[in-house]
Amino acid sequence: MSAGAGESAYSFSLTTFSPSGKLVQIEHALAAVSQGTTSLGIKASNAIVIATEKRAPSPLVDDTALEKVSVICPNIGIVYSGMGPDFRVLIAKARKSAQAYWKIYGEYPPTRVLVQEIATVMQEATQSGGVRPFGVSLLVAGYDSARGPSLYQVDPSGSYFMWKASAIGKNMTNAKTFLEKRYNDDISLEDAIHTALLTLKEGFEGQMTEKTIEIGIIGTSTVGPVGGSGLKAPLFKKLTEAEIKDYLAL
Amino acid sequence: MSDITTLNGGSCIAFKGKNCVAIACDLRLGNQALTVACNRDKVFKITDKTYLGMTGLASDVDTLRSAFRYRLNMYRMKEEREIEPETFAHLVSSTLYEKRFGPYFIEPIIAGLNSNNEPFIAAADLIGCLNFAKDFVVTGTASDKLFGMAEGLWEPDLGPEELFESISQALLGALERDALSGWGAIVRVITPDKVIERTLQSRQD
Repeated sequence: MSAGAGESAYSFSLTTFSPSGKLVQIEHALAAVSQGTTSLGIKASNAIVIATEKRAPSPLVDDTALEKVSVICPNIGIVYSGMGPDFRVLIAKARKSAQAYWKIYGEYPPTRVLVQEIATVMQEATQSGGVRPFGVSLLVAGYDSARGPSLYQVDPSGSYFMWKASAIGKNMTNAKTFLEKRYNDDISLEDAIHTALLTLKEGFEGQMTEKTIEIGIIGTSTVGPVGGSGLKAPLFKKLTEAEIKDYLAL
Repeated sequence: MSDITTLNGGSCIAFKGKNCVAIACDLRLGNQALTVACNRDKVFKITDKTYLGMTGLASDVDTLRSAFRYRLNMYRMKEEREIEPETFAHLVSSTLYEKRFGPYFIEPIIAGLNSNNEPFIAAADLIGCLNFAKDFVVTGTASDKLFGMAEGLWEPDLGPEELFESISQALLGALERDALSGWGAIVRVITPDKVIERTLQSRQD
């Protein structure tokens, strides 16, 4: 068997520059993201809320097992739009990275540091051999003593942005326009949750219920003990179905 | 006497005060009983308000000093902020534990004020087991004597000048009783707005 048939023929990076200077694979990855369900994040005066649409492909699917908002470490949570399996891989890597940081410094990473780690992983997938870019965009919500509440977006290219409010996925353009109109700097967490729900409702397909959306919050109102240390800090918290139902009823 | 941890000699001590901390060390560098130099400072600046003292094998002190310089510079650039003394203590601990089965022969003490200007002191053994003390920490060849002096002289809520006085007396007293430490001392008192650094004279024998 010739050497080229096995590994080496495809061990070069699949992400190559087109003559016009574009990386087409990354644009395709962004296309995969924009087919995914809508997710959004809003920064309130002392908190962050992230929310997403959760759609089961069939009514027979047991939706209690679906999870799109994930906790990385006590002070950071992530939501995604795009390919679920790719997200799981990134979650595993992000959690490992957060624990590795804890092992060195005895505390969990600031949001920006974790975002940089995730962005590095995603960038490597655009330049390595035998891999494709991740088909997800992420919204990372975190709170740390250095910078307070912060909201970041990470894209398949590995670029990341800090936002006051942003949306990714199918309805991102409409959602962003909606957020631009609604957003102001000093909204409370409660207001931000309601704005998030209103934004999701724009272009929501089907009935918006506590079963079809997920919400995660972190801020000065979600304080609790971190690990076994007894020290208190804001903790990332997923809203329960009952809590979401209450917000939807208002 | 061929114990590698006491080959070079030297001692360090840190006191916690009220809104201030003090850290002091002797100046001797020896080769067993022979004194080689009397200008060896064992306390290093980490940030404006955090200092690290290391005693033990002098060559390992040098190695770790550059290892921490590297790690702190990387931390500063990555995080765009100065490290807190509590966080730095964990960094020291994990750096030492990395060499769990072939350790650096040093014992560090850390003294500093955090961003809220709360005093913090800590010590560790050679493999990084942390001791967060609320009064004082000691290390080095005179550590047993320093313990005795500190037990007697440390008081809660001392201000910068009183703290300087009491840590100086504790150190000088212990140096008198240790042949491997002495030949002068340096005391640093860290306060929210400045660090007071004073060199002390002591017996040259």
